[in-house]
Amino acid sequence: MPRQPITPTKTALALVMGLGLSSAAPAWAQELTVVSFGGSYQEGQSKALFQPAAKALGIKIKEETYTSIADLRLKVKAGAVTWDVVASGSGSAARAGAEGILEKLDYKVIDTSNFLPGTKQDYCVGGDVFSTVLAWNTKTYGQNGPQSWADFWDVKKFPGKRSYRKSVAGALEPALMADGVPADKVYEVLSQPGGIERAIKKIRELKPHIAVWWSSGAQHAQLMKDGEVDMITGWNGRFDVAAKDGAKVAYTFNQGLLDYDCFAIAKGAPNKDLAMKFLAEISKPQYQAEFTKYITYGPTNKKAYEGGAIDAAYAKTLPSHPDNAGKQLTIDLDWYIKFEAQASSAYQNMLTE
Amino acid sequence: MTAASAFDSAGPAGDDHAAGLRRDQWRERMGLASLAAPALLLVTITMLVPVGWLFGLSFLDDNGALSLEHYRRMLAEPSYGRTFRTTFEISFVTTLICILLGYPLAYFLSQLPRRAANLCMIAVLLPFWTSLLVRTYAWLVLLQRSGLINTWGMKLGLWSEPLQLVHNMGGTLIGMVHIMLPFMVLPLYGTMRAIDRNLLRAAASLGSTPVHGFWTVFFPLSLPGLAAGASLVFVLCLGFYVTPAMLGGGKVTMVSNRIANDIELFFNWGAASALGVVLLVITLVVLVLAARLSRGAGLFGAGH
Repeated sequence: MPRQPITPTKTALALVMGLGLSSAAPAWAQELTVVSFGGSYQEGQSKALFQPAAKALGIKIKEETYTSIADLRLKVKAGAVTWDVVASGSGSAARAGAEGILEKLDYKVIDTSNFLPGTKQDYCVGGDVFSTVLAWNTKTYGQNGPQSWADFWDVKKFPGKRSYRKSVAGALEPALMADGVPADKVYEVLSQPGGIERAIKKIRELKPHIAVWWSSGAQHAQLMKDGEVDMITGWNGRFDVAAKDGAKVAYTFNQGLLDYDCFAIAKGAPNKDLAMKFLAEISKPQYQAEFTKYITYGPTNKKAYEGGAIDAAYAKTLPSHPDNAGKQLTIDLDWYIKFEAQASSAYQNMLTE
Repeated sequence: MTAASAFDSAGPAGDDHAAGLRRDQWRERMGLASLAAPALLLVTITMLVPVGWLFGLSFLDDNGALSLEHYRRMLAEPSYGRTFRTTFEISFVTTLICILLGYPLAYFLSQLPRRAANLCMIAVLLPFWTSLLVRTYAWLVLLQRSGLINTWGMKLGLWSEPLQLVHNMGGTLIGMVHIMLPFMVLPLYGTMRAIDRNLLRAAASLGSTPVHGFWTVFFPLSLPGLAAGASLVFVLCLGFYVTPAMLGGGKVTMVSNRIANDIELFFNWGAASALGVVLLVITLVVLVLAARLSRGAGLFGAGH
């Protein structure tokens, strides 16, 4: 007996009878809710990762935006989790995982065999690599601006207004390097008694020259666009976007802090298994290579650099390119899990002095 | 016996009458209460319940056990005390500047013919109809290093180096005063309009100079409006978040900014809740003290 063509009434009937459906009818495809940080960042993710992966898996994606992991905490604690996949910073994800508001990832499903070392964790798989860099106003210093944290602290050689981060994440490491600590010894010093105080003392020195303490990526990009300060710390991709918009800004990867953004699954996510497959899909090199076209954040999957998917000259401008990664210090998440609350208290005390 | 029976019969009738009156009074009260019920219910649901819940949370530690750790932390870390001091300082100074700017403005408006006054009032109210965020950004555009004021000032040769007008306490105050001024002017204007002009004429006819008449007659009568405006501005300032965050350049940390910071940093909400509770308590104490102190002066309408 030949198979009858599937008609809408039949499929509807099948659905009503609870027989379920394959991916034959996209109108009833499974839906996955993905949440990220919005702006040009999420736009790139949507075009390069979410939509193509959804097409490949035959599912639908609903996108939402959120501001911080505190939003997720609220949902999980209220028992009203509507999000499946959550984009996050590596540090927030590590703390959220320890706190128990994320699902453990199944690395038998998600293939990370070609990932850069240290760009995945139990609860979050790396999506892109970014860097906290030293950027400067090219109108003030020209193309050859300050090249190290020591220069950032040198107000005689480089007079001008500085801007520095208002929260402690990524704020202590540059101070120690400016104080002469070699990059590979930074976390060792920070873990010792008095290490945090040493970094804070160094920042206190520079405090009179810090005109603005920035608190978001949008803000530090705007500060450079407006020419409000001469030198700043911040995330490299934002400065590239600002420069494209005409901002007089350049930056160096030298002594930058290598960090990554990642994707996690919310605890109690409605479609946990599907979310796992989705993460496996977007971790493939071709997606990651595509994402770099939207913002200068590098892939976590080394394979993305192969096969010419990323233009060779352009690849050299990405933070995770071997030439650049070698000049940088990788953020130590374990240190943050252990010391962030303590360091933040000390930092706030210094800020309000 | 007859007299007694007359009393007997009058008694219940009188009771009936009084009971009827009481019943009517009770009905009227219930009627009024039912009018207020939706608002009361709304306040209970949206205010008292969440505040009570936050109050409870502030005494719980990470594991949900009773603990004073959040309050202890506030005492141990000097930054919390400084944050509270900054919050009250800014609120106080903003209120003061609003009084200095708002009182003369309200006085001027109250002396205008009603029509002209209404027109000017629109100008005062206009900022109300613009989003707070937009107004704050507008100040950033005006005050920053490459902003309009610095560009024009340097073009006109008034100053040669860009002035630091924003990303500090000064910029925060400018933004906050701009947003708060209508809250000061409105109650002041209402009170001043209601002051009987004949009282000033009477003062003048008794030989008072205009200045003397103003200070002895007009000013005391305008005090309830001033007190209402001042307390409104002060209390609203205490909870400011966006303006100090954007115009303060990270140097002006108010309690609400710190609450946001603590929600990010700590796993539970106890730390942030405790900050909210302390702010609420200090605010209530300040308001009660202000009411006590000003009662003698007839502020808060207590003397009338």
